[in-house]
Amino acid sequence: MSVELTPTQVASAQQAENSVGLVKSQTFHWCEPFALQSGATLAGFKLVYETYGALNDAHSNAILICHALSGHQHAAGFNDPKDSKPGWWDACIGPGKPIDTNLFYVVSLNNLGGCHGSSGPRDTNPATGQPYGPDFPTVVVRDWVNSQTLLADHLGIKRFAAIIGGSLGGMQAMQWAIDYPQRLGAAVVIAAAAKLSAQNIAFNEIARQAIASDPNFHQGHYAAEQLVPDKGLGLARMIGHVTYLSDNGMREKFGREIKSGDITRGADVEFQVESYLRHQGQAFSQHFDANTYMLMTKALDYFDPARDNGDDLVATFAPVTAKFLILSFTSDWRFSVARSEEITYALIAARKNVASAIIQSEHGHDSFLLPLPRYVDVLKTYLTRIHQEISNGTTS
Amino acid sequence: MALRADLEVIVGLVNTGARVLDLGCGEGDLLAHLQEHKQVNGYGLDVDADNIRTCLEKGVNVVEQDLDAGLSNFQDDSFDMVVMTETLQSVRTPEPLLREMLRIGEECIITFPNFGHWRCRLQLALFGKMPVAKHLPHAWYDTPNIHLCTFKDFENLCANLGLRIIERRVVDHRSVERPLGSLLPNLLGRVAFYRIGRAI
Repeated sequence: MSVELTPTQVASAQQAENSVGLVKSQTFHWCEPFALQSGATLAGFKLVYETYGALNDAHSNAILICHALSGHQHAAGFNDPKDSKPGWWDACIGPGKPIDTNLFYVVSLNNLGGCHGSSGPRDTNPATGQPYGPDFPTVVVRDWVNSQTLLADHLGIKRFAAIIGGSLGGMQAMQWAIDYPQRLGAAVVIAAAAKLSAQNIAFNEIARQAIASDPNFHQGHYAAEQLVPDKGLGLARMIGHVTYLSDNGMREKFGREIKSGDITRGADVEFQVESYLRHQGQAFSQHFDANTYMLMTKALDYFDPARDNGDDLVATFAPVTAKFLILSFTSDWRFSVARSEEITYALIAARKNVASAIIQSEHGHDSFLLPLPRYVDVLKTYLTRIHQEISNGTTS
Repeated sequence: MALRADLEVIVGLVNTGARVLDLGCGEGDLLAHLQEHKQVNGYGLDVDADNIRTCLEKGVNVVEQDLDAGLSNFQDDSFDMVVMTETLQSVRTPEPLLREMLRIGEECIITFPNFGHWRCRLQLALFGKMPVAKHLPHAWYDTPNIHLCTFKDFENLCANLGLRIIERRVVDHRSVERPLGSLLPNLLGRVAFYRIGRAI
């Protein structure tokens, strides 16, 4: 469905005033043992990241972007002069955009266990000399946050003005606020949840089973066999994708027109939504790693910060000093408005500063990636206020 | 910026560091003022996108929530003061809301336009028309005010619910106290101002 741009169009998109333009990923190497929540220890790790904007003299204007399930470090701008598509959150990051790179120094990374350059299942396991594959240790949201603090240290950031994330990214922002209260001024939690519902875990499990049942999967050791479980991974993505859209949104986008105009022919692909989903699944399976998908969905499932506090989310938020902005979208049923409200009202009960907005949208969970006018406006208003506070030195 | 007169009265009744909830907080003037001058832990509920935006600009803890959906998200005794100014008349179910306000808050402040004001009475009695007045500017067909009442009506409801009226004042938006209004509030008062608590 993507439209091919001419080289001139690509160049003008890359040089647009509100684009961060060409950016290069960098790599942070941590060369000491890193203990994981699972009890395993990594001998060290690397994290790839990008930065946009400039860190001010006081080092007080940094924003951390935490990515969701299939995200990565490339959130804004272009990595290559030939790239026709910008980073995954270019709608919100750039000069004059809500996460304004004229005001903020924005850090975006690929999480541990990822497949875009940070240490993950595709790396060589020093113990075997083979790719880790399924043997890459289990990582959870808290491990990501711990590794992100080391990246922050490396970049000279003691305290982020804000940590922002959608979906699984919002969970990381929450974990930061709980575990490192002194290291962030604000957490912006978008279309997230304090923990997944059984229904939500169920969709992840179906996705994992789709991957595991691909004959190419070989219990995750497909790289050693020089195979790719692309059918299974594609199917996992198709399932996920449907849950990120809404019924109305799909009706509007695809309708149910029959291509051949004749239902008796029983063609393989008849409806537009079928070819769309196949394309999405196929494209995804070309560049994403199946073991990373397993690992990331598990991290989602396990996230439950209140678990260590007798399932008391209010008590879990007790250490928080950051203020929160909680955003949700009306048609998002994978991470519904009610899940966001649980976070909001637990923060209120814990006497924390919190604001919330519920954005009208037909685009389901995917809304958080889209430049919806009210969403963009709320985000911009909130972050402008934060910038004023750090400029006045009035931040708590 | 000068605070609206009725809000000024509320500020005087809130203790420093109190927990305050403002139902239908509008542009957040009261909460912004209380946060700055009384260091309150305050939250406001509203559903209007422009109001929410203005609250965010001011750094007010605004939560998007429809009052008609109730207050069940809040725990018992969450607040020292629950405030609802000029909103009671436009909610769908004032009675359960009132009870909820005193479940989650120790005290409430409620203000509403008095439908028993003599101008209203006159328009209805003399001209046979639904009243339109300075404090009730809408025509009957486009008014958000679906539950209008008078001082007397409200006090009857409080009595029925066993709520304690701690204080009654007569205010308008320009000057706080209306001496004449206090004499015959139900006839002469434009805006009713009540501070209520739970039954003893």
